[in-house]
Amino acid sequence: MLTLQCPYCGVWAEETELHAEGEAHLKRFGPGSDDADFESYLFMRENPKGVHFERWRHSNGCGKFFHAARCTMTLEVFGTYPAQTLEPPQDIKDKISAKQPGWSWRDFS
Amino acid sequence: MSEAVSALDGATFEGFAKVEETGLRGMITVRGDLASKEMSAAIKAATGAAVPAQRKVTSGDKGAVAWMSPDELLVVVDYASVNETVATMTDGLKGSHALVANVSDARAVFRVSGDSSRDVLAKLAPVDFARDAFGAGDIRRSRIAQVPAAVWGNEDGSFEVICFRSVAQYVFDVLKVSAQPGGDVGFH
Ligand SMILES: [Zn+2]
Repeated sequence: MLTLQCPYCGVWAEETELHAEGEAHLKRFGPGSDDADFESYLFMRENPKGVHFERWRHSNGCGKFFHAARCTMTLEVFGTYPAQTLEPPQDIKDKISAKQPGWSWRDFS
Repeated sequence: MSEAVSALDGATFEGFAKVEETGLRGMITVRGDLASKEMSAAIKAATGAAVPAQRKVTSGDKGAVAWMSPDELLVVVDYASVNETVATMTDGLKGSHALVANVSDARAVFRVSGDSSRDVLAKLAPVDFARDAFGAGDIRRSRIAQVPAAVWGNEDGSFEVICFRSVAQYVFDVLKVSAQPGGDVGFH
């Protein structure tokens, strides 16, 4: 079972207290945007075997959205961080690099 | 004016722990900047308590205050004085980006007491109820079986569970099943 620490209330929440909310760090393309950008915003998602960044919600808890960096293959959790950011914090990236040198995910590495 | 009644009108159950609905309780949701001096002054004026730290409950002469999230508190007072408390807090937070809402009639509260009350709760919520992990003055928002709930520890060793009024019967029923004689697991 997956256990993530909510960065807002500090609780180590197990999966049934959380709700998976899809991929993290999506850039929204709304009305007036290019068709290709809009399509990729709506439908195109990463599905890696390895390092992944996800959005979660502490739904049976404080109710906040947060981000998690983890490995889909080993299920190792590298860390969680608040949602008010456009990219993973450096300390999380460093932790991933220590475990999986040379990793990349979308524009991050 | 109609007579206000709580969801289960004080229903009780005696198993290997006691489960009782506590009756009407004044509850106010407060959202805003918890670190602001306006917030601490408003909370102090309404309850006599300080703004609680993360996952803590504080109490004063007029009520208790529970930490619900980084921008949310739950103020617990007597049901009869809830409108007055809302007025005091709304006045104190005038000009701040904040919300004060009376949610008393949207909630139900249960007390679980007795030596094995930790086991009754631990069977229903994915929470560490070990004595050194959760005690008096702590609050934890989680779920009770399939519905959201919050649990806090009282000074006398009992626990109180708050849930939505619409699921009061469900929560009472699962607490009863969990506290059923013969179901004591003796873990805590
Ligand atoms: Zn949380």
